Amino acid sequence: MAKTVFSEVKSTPQFWGVMVVFAAFIGGAAMSILYIEHYGHIVTGMNNQIVWGLPHVFAIFLIVAASGALNVASIGSVFGKADYKPASRLSSVLALALLMGGLAALVLDLGRADRLIIAMTKYNFRSIFAWNVLLYTGFMGVVAVYLYTQMARGIPALWLRAAGTAAFIWRLALTTGTGSIFGWLVARSAYDAAIMAPLFIAMSFSFGLAMFMLVSTCTKRLTGQGFDDALRLRMARLLGVFAAVVLYFTAVQHLSNLYVAQHWAVVKFILLNGGIYTQLFWIGQVVLGGIVPMAILFHPTLATRTRPLMAAVLLVILGGFAQIYVIVVGGQAFPLEIFPGLEVSSSFFDGEINAYTPSIYEWSMGFGALALTFIITGVAMKFLRILPENNS
Amino acid sequence: MKLPLLKSKNDATDIGRRQFLKSGAAMVTVTLAPGVTVMAYGGAAAAQANPATRWGLLIDVNKCAKDCTACVSACSNENGWQDTGNPATDAQWIRKVELRNPQTGLEQSLAVMCQHCENPPCVDVCPTGASFKRPDGIVLVDKHICIGCRYCMMACPYKARSFIHEPVTDQKPHAPRGKGTVEGCTLCVHRVDEGQQPACVDACNTTGNGAMIFGDLNDPESEIAIQLATYASSAIRSDLGLNPGVRYQNL
Ligand code: SF4
Ligand code: SF4
Repeated sequence: MAKTVFSEVKSTPQFWGVMVVFAAFIGGAAMSILYIEHYGHIVTGMNNQIVWGLPHVFAIFLIVAASGALNVASIGSVFGKADYKPASRLSSVLALALLMGGLAALVLDLGRADRLIIAMTKYNFRSIFAWNVLLYTGFMGVVAVYLYTQMARGIPALWLRAAGTAAFIWRLALTTGTGSIFGWLVARSAYDAAIMAPLFIAMSFSFGLAMFMLVSTCTKRLTGQGFDDALRLRMARLLGVFAAVVLYFTAVQHLSNLYVAQHWAVVKFILLNGGIYTQLFWIGQVVLGGIVPMAILFHPTLATRTRPLMAAVLLVILGGFAQIYVIVVGGQAFPLEIFPGLEVSSSFFDGEINAYTPSIYEWSMGFGALALTFIITGVAMKFLRILPENNS
Repeated sequence: MKLPLLKSKNDATDIGRRQFLKSGAAMVTVTLAPGVTVMAYGGAAAAQANPATRWGLLIDVNKCAKDCTACVSACSNENGWQDTGNPATDAQWIRKVELRNPQTGLEQSLAVMCQHCENPPCVDVCPTGASFKRPDGIVLVDKHICIGCRYCMMACPYKARSFIHEPVTDQKPHAPRGKGTVEGCTLCVHRVDEGQQPACVDACNTTGNGAMIFGDLNDPESEIAIQLATYASSAIRSDLGLNPGVRYQNL
């Protein structure tokens, strides 16, 4: 196989135009954050019942996708699939950018974001959350080293492979850690399942690859640089497999919950009578985010054409957001069972299905985090040799 | 007087000051404004708490009347949290919960607050260690360290904690509050450390129905320990194995 030559992307007006749009989103998010910081979370849709809202949905999506985006590089260097190798730099850069975007949303939604230094200096090592902070920082370090081994000249192949393997193992730990944030919440029947960790790994494979395909295809559109159609088709088929695996684990998640009598009510809530959450689950996650894209991705001709393929990729991403929304917000909307078997009521919404309507500030924070991810990726592509040179 | 927020513009000096005071003062203090000082839970007072004691509450559900909210008003007055007309975001350190058994039709009413768990999930999950348990079993939030991540609220099985969604006014010097942090029942630690009972227990005895007993669960001579040893009692969600310090009779 011919040696791949990498280069910085060309400065096309389209490229910069898109960057300016992202910058505008980031500006909007910054204003929202300052506004929330000043008036308090009362201006958001979050409350004492739904304590984690849209910013957490975006943050978790991006963090989960971050580890998944690295898979493309892993397939090339850890599992030795040569045709994936040209994609490994972008895969590492995107993984870093997604993680930064996700962490930004997570951190800036803190009640006291100004106390970040405390979060980074005081650790409670029994907290899975604290471990996650270490996993995230470590991930950035490991991926940065991995990226360096890919880009520097004269690095022995063995080292590249070692760095790639370390990054791959780290990413599995990172996703397990993110999933465990929920697995740890014993009192919330929606989350009390060991399946959360493998489910999150499956989600990361799917969302990460979808984000990679979205970014690489759009960049090719804007700059002419990117990967050939044969590789794209292989990725499309792989994405179809990942989407199927996510559906499989989702089925296991709900079926295994049915074996636990106390969890029937919450399973019924998500699957049957949870209103918006039931709709998001069946229509958003299962049909639009799973079955429809799978039909396209496995289709002999549709998957080779850009438009249907991008539609499938976007559907996987939207389905992913729906899925995380159902897990995070739907899980809190269902009331805590403090007195199982009894009818309860109080001035503090005990026993009630909790309502949540995200405000414009939460949406703007979420889109700002996405824009941050894209702008970091774009700037990296502009100044580093990330993409293969156009060989046509 | 309108107090400034507990949040200081400059956290570096905030931390520095705290560290400085930690060494000397019996109670960690921070100056809010000239002449106004609030205590932050944690530090030396917590360290001085007696590890041989375990403070607890016993609530007799049969005595707790449906229309009585004496404990709730007393807590609100004592600790300075109040109804601001935003029920979804207002803090509630203690609340009355109405129960109805759908099989028998039995209706009961009881006060629920932080259960001061022996194995508190809120403490386990807190990334910074702001949620902590004193040696005498009282579970608190150190208002200087809490970053407002709300993970403890996700983890608490009793919905015992509130996030402060708005700037707060009318803070009590002994009960620091601050926008963007999480709070909950402190078992009136400031009163307990002075040998008094929590405000809810006092109120329940004087204007309520005498449904609450406060005391040291570890002292076999205390009224609460005798009651627990003599009559059947239960903990809410005892299946979770958290061993709460708050117990209920006739539930
Ligand atoms: S009741 Fe909730 S807040 Fe109180 S100690 Fe137990 S877990 Fe923590
Ligand atoms: S909100 Fe505060 S007390 Fe609760 S887990 Fe986060 S840092 Fe700890």
